[in-house]
Amino acid sequence: MVFLDFEKPLEMLHDQLERLRQVGEEGDLDMTEQIKELENRIRSKRKEIYANLNGWQKVQLSRHPERPYTLFYINQMCKKFVELHGDRCIKDDKAIVGGLASLDGQTVVILGHQKGVNTKMRQYRNFGMANPEGYRKALRLMKLAERFGFPVITLIDTPGAYPGVEAEERGQAEAIARNLFEMAQLRVPIVSVIIGEGASGGAIGIGLGDRVYMLEYTWYSVISPESCSSILWHSWDYKEQAAEALRLTSDHMQHFGLIDGVIKEPIGGAHTAPEEMARLLKRQIKKALAELADMTPEARIEARIRKYEQMGTYEVVEPEEPKTRKRR
Amino acid sequence: MGWFKRLKEGIQTATRNKKEAPEGLWYQCKQCKATCTRRELRENFHKCPSCNYHVRIGSRDYFELLFDTQPEELFGELRSKDILGFVDLKPYADRLAETMRKTELTDAITVAKGKVNKRPLVVAAMDFNFIGGSMGSVMGERISRAVDHCLEHRIPLLIISKSGGARMMESAFSLMQMAKTSAKLTLMAKAGIPYFSLMTDPTTGGVTASFAMLGDLNFAEPNALIGFAGPRVIKETIKRELPEGFQTAESLLENGFLDFIVDRKDLKERISDLLTLFDSAGNGAVAQPIEQESEEAG
Ligand SMILES: [Zn+2]
Repeated sequence: MVFLDFEKPLEMLHDQLERLRQVGEEGDLDMTEQIKELENRIRSKRKEIYANLNGWQKVQLSRHPERPYTLFYINQMCKKFVELHGDRCIKDDKAIVGGLASLDGQTVVILGHQKGVNTKMRQYRNFGMANPEGYRKALRLMKLAERFGFPVITLIDTPGAYPGVEAEERGQAEAIARNLFEMAQLRVPIVSVIIGEGASGGAIGIGLGDRVYMLEYTWYSVISPESCSSILWHSWDYKEQAAEALRLTSDHMQHFGLIDGVIKEPIGGAHTAPEEMARLLKRQIKKALAELADMTPEARIEARIRKYEQMGTYEVVEPEEPKTRKRR
Repeated sequence: MGWFKRLKEGIQTATRNKKEAPEGLWYQCKQCKATCTRRELRENFHKCPSCNYHVRIGSRDYFELLFDTQPEELFGELRSKDILGFVDLKPYADRLAETMRKTELTDAITVAKGKVNKRPLVVAAMDFNFIGGSMGSVMGERISRAVDHCLEHRIPLLIISKSGGARMMESAFSLMQMAKTSAKLTLMAKAGIPYFSLMTDPTTGGVTASFAMLGDLNFAEPNALIGFAGPRVIKETIKRELPEGFQTAESLLENGFLDFIVDRKDLKERISDLLTLFDSAGNGAVAQPIEQESEEAG
């Protein structure tokens, strides 16, 4: 078990629990009562901690090393998953995975960023940072879905698109832009869910959808708190402040109307009950797909474009341009 | 002296762009260090007469270079709103007020409608001295409305990009402008009205990864820095030197991401030629009079 810094009190209680169990086993004593009491204390302590998480703590949870990733959810939610590789152009990006699958009998194209589950795999998956070929593979699969009328599900979990030399030379910006353009007009339903980190263009590059949800302990922002701290505070030390200032967590995003809903996580985060999390995720995706199935492609595309058109916050003032001109 | 002279000549851009072209009689080239007078520089399309370095200029300068006469500014009534209450080393609201005062601009993008060799064109041009040309809600909304305007009147659109990317102080609102502008541009494509994207130095981040790369034609000024990630971030990531010419317009052209590179002195003629070429389709793609019946939702 991995404990985050704000979970220290929990870690201590867990240690006590372990010792209690050991003592019980070694001394052949009945510790049932004490164990039960301690377990209750852990539960209520966890509840207390999780009721008051700040932005930075939620960012940490979104990056928890034991957090479930895309392939876990695909395998939990779907049957007959056939992974499809390659962008038909240059190579197969390992940071974005996807393929065909059956969601309770409905064929879907499901894809998402994939992070590695251990040190070796994290390298292999490039920490969930895709190159242009990853975005182009995603687009190829979405066009496949469109051709055969399959709904598209995208799962987002990335610290950003990969900032490398080859990524730039192969058109990272173009690949992301092209996806946004094509996804806006895709004739099949698109449901996107932020399951971990939603960092900037790398996230939205597979994230323009009819419905966009966030798991409770995830974030979605134009920049990570660390990079924001480095640029605006000229230091890496203000990530907590940056996380607050950016209002990047799911509750804020829903409040601003920039996403369509938040999917609650088990207390303690998705990693403490991954199967339960997958069940909740699947329920929301199926609900959304059912709503979208009733619409014509034209109506869906129209509604999708209008939804994004509404996103923005600005003021309208009386034009005062002529005054400025006269002054010169 | 410089500003006074230009004032006399009726140039409107004198104080508006003072950060990008500092006041003074002499200009020293950033690239070759040669000096020339401000007047020579301006008469040479804001390019160094010795080495052709394209000096960073602002939206008003581009309007002046492109339009036959004074254009009509559109959507100037839109202003940023600090809905997040964002504070870093200084409050975003103060930063905005100060920038507006210093630049006499209302956002990092200005939209204007006018004529290029008698043909109507809507131009949205960016100013780097307005918080790094960053994209926030106002930029997204101005582009969105520019698209609506172009659709309604069947006028082509030119966006001149010059941006460090997203406006961090608007967080996810800024990010969503990538989706918003890209989605709106699909309507131009469907209507068969051309959208041209000119990338100038520098064009990076969310601007490149959305509308800047989505032109029916994408082109750039010589030697412009164009990319997704900034060079500093890439260098820190890969921990080695970047290849020569990396992320320049010339290398993007070579890698297949630009249609052409255009020298600033040829810009107006090139745009004018394009408007003529796209017009001969006879499908009303450009330069048609306002259609009365179109009161569709846009
Ligand atoms: Zn020079």
